[in-house]
Amino acid sequence: MENRFESVEHVRDGLKKVHYLSDDGIAGVVFLAQRLGKPILVEGPAGTGKTQLAKSVAEMLNARLIRLQCYEGLDESKALYEWNYKKQLLRIQADKTSDSWSQVHEDIFSEEFLLTRPLLEAISSPDPVVLLIDEVDRVEIETEALLLEILSDYQVSIPELGTITAKQIPMVFLTSNNTRELSEALKRRCLFLHIDYPDMEREKEIVLTKVPDITQNLADQIARIVRSIRQLDLKKAPSVSETLDWARTLMLMGIENIDAQDAKDTLHILLKYQTDITKAAKELSVDK
Amino acid sequence: MTVLDLMSGFIVELRKAGLPVSLTENLDAMEAVKEIPIEDRQAFKYALAATLVKSNSHWRAFETIFEVYFSLRGPEHQIPGDMTDAEAELWREEQEMQQQGDGAAGSGGGMDSLTPEEIAQMLMKALMNGDQAMMRALARQSVQRFAGMEPGRPVGGTYYLYRTLRNLDLDNMLDKLMEANREQAAQELTKLEERLEKDEFESRIEQFKQEVEAEIRRRLVADRGAEAMAKTLRKPLPEDVEFMHANKEEMQSLKKALQPLTRKLAAKLARKRRHGRRGPLDFRSTVRHSLSYGGVPADPKFKYPRPSKPELMVVADISGSVAAFARFTLMLVYAIQGQFSKVRSFVFIDGIDEVTDYFKSNVDISDAIHRVNTEADVVWVDGHSDYGHAFEVFWERYGKGINPKTTILLLGDARNNYHAASSWVIKEMQKRGRHVYWLNPEPRSYWNTGDSIVGEYGSFTDGVYECRNLRQLEAFVEKLA
Repeated sequence: MENRFESVEHVRDGLKKVHYLSDDGIAGVVFLAQRLGKPILVEGPAGTGKTQLAKSVAEMLNARLIRLQCYEGLDESKALYEWNYKKQLLRIQADKTSDSWSQVHEDIFSEEFLLTRPLLEAISSPDPVVLLIDEVDRVEIETEALLLEILSDYQVSIPELGTITAKQIPMVFLTSNNTRELSEALKRRCLFLHIDYPDMEREKEIVLTKVPDITQNLADQIARIVRSIRQLDLKKAPSVSETLDWARTLMLMGIENIDAQDAKDTLHILLKYQTDITKAAKELSVDK
Repeated sequence: MTVLDLMSGFIVELRKAGLPVSLTENLDAMEAVKEIPIEDRQAFKYALAATLVKSNSHWRAFETIFEVYFSLRGPEHQIPGDMTDAEAELWREEQEMQQQGDGAAGSGGGMDSLTPEEIAQMLMKALMNGDQAMMRALARQSVQRFAGMEPGRPVGGTYYLYRTLRNLDLDNMLDKLMEANREQAAQELTKLEERLEKDEFESRIEQFKQEVEAEIRRRLVADRGAEAMAKTLRKPLPEDVEFMHANKEEMQSLKKALQPLTRKLAAKLARKRRHGRRGPLDFRSTVRHSLSYGGVPADPKFKYPRPSKPELMVVADISGSVAAFARFTLMLVYAIQGQFSKVRSFVFIDGIDEVTDYFKSNVDISDAIHRVNTEADVVWVDGHSDYGHAFEVFWERYGKGINPKTTILLLGDARNNYHAASSWVIKEMQKRGRHVYWLNPEPRSYWNTGDSIVGEYGSFTDGVYECRNLRQLEAFVEKLA
């Protein structure tokens, strides 16, 4: 396979170049997935950069990103392929007289009348692609079965046409918010990666990379305050994307040094529940 | 020992610890190991984790076992703990600085020449500056000196940890650090800054503790071998921890495991409700979809059914022995209260009190639980469980609230201290309500022994369930809604 990664370090640096700061775990698993040709199942709290990881890997590899957003009621006509009924009808009506039925039948079930959907598109593409199957936990457990063939053998079977096998093995990312237990069959086929909230050092780095012109001092303060808030017992801890929003807000407000009052005034950007905000405000300002 | 032998031992141990490792996953791990050199410990660990661990709650168990099997075997972990050159260098410098004041001639006697106070002093300095290398070196040395490890003793290391930390006076370290920090600072720290500093120190101290723990394990493995060590360290997974015997640390991990579980449960129940059966024909949608078939309604569409949600009454014993269980069940029930049309909760020991108000939607659940423990009026005579009296009062005061839609959950071990049972109340409940279930946190083999009369109550319920751990509790709640 082309564009193989040389080492874990290589992956890490590559991701850094496209402004994604990985840690040992993330880079290691991406490297391994490429080597073993296996999909990655990425799990973790919302807003920790699961989807972004797939996007960044695509950018790093210079590959096209094909995205399948999962939702309840997703079926094969949306995920795999669909026959183009209208075109088929037209074809049948166009020359009613000339062709024999078997000829027409051959014709209307050929690739010309096939509408490819993301999964089929990903494996039939001649160029390298990254396939992102987003929020896979939203589909019903029965629908998961749709994915199994493509995940283990990189092929799609179409009864009328036969089996279409991948021209190149795409990198596949599945993300899950863990709202339900995924089936064993799916998990077994994937490498598992849990992305948690970053530690303080990495979060600071992320803020520095993603928010232009921010000072070291402010980034450091932000990372420390966010860490303290995450230690509280909250309904929803602030995610990385919320940290970034907060950092941008503070920049806009021209704040160089966060004091308790500033923190309190802007907490609603980090936290989305009133009870959480009250609790954090109390902890940060009047505490002891 | 080859890597292959190591790996198979490792995987057997993972399975023994309760992780479901399938054959394919095992093969994947072997493939992965080929790509990543075993010398790169971190990368090797993540490679194994990615192929073998498919749930975040199993991560801790995996990490412990990995450490025992792999981390402690490298050349960098020569035992008995001689220091690496770099560390030794650091040591000497540090010691010289210490002793300049006393003018004493400390000639390379390692740590033996230092008093415990001096070591504590050095540790404080290292923590203050966040000096990683120094912290590691100190962890090693303090274990060597203070733990007093005896070869061949079959213990898990908790005792050694305790001994080491006590000698270093780590409990008071945080206060001391804060004080020193205050003195050092040029101007008065604001509350916010102080708070941040405190969190920083806390995390450093935690890190040091982990270093010490790792060092103790390292030595134990060297002494007794990985297999024996892994066996002593084997701990139940969070979902298998028994409510009645959980220690403080396990309680924490249980609490953590509860949150994702409730989310999963709520999503599952909502889905189940919607997909349980088909609703009436959705005419509009059917006509819309018939367009792709040239106007023939070939694919009839149905509306989602909306079955009514059950009403729930939770009656929980919160006396000492089963308090933890009641707490978890209440937390779980309230976390998914959207799945019920109404939830009322009552707690008792020998008196009974309604606590529904404590859980009014926007209040924090742990706050509410705290209030249940402190404010609810549950003691009638002596504060020993009296199910009979509690049930009678319940019937008198709240019995009218039970209607044919109500499901009643009774939580407790039914250890009635030989009081009157008053099981007629349960019989009445069953007559008036929809279902009555009893959840018992005791193992089934203990039921109806001693003063437990769960059998007597149970005969009037729709089922008595053993609920010793999260797994069983989850299975029950799923069935309920």
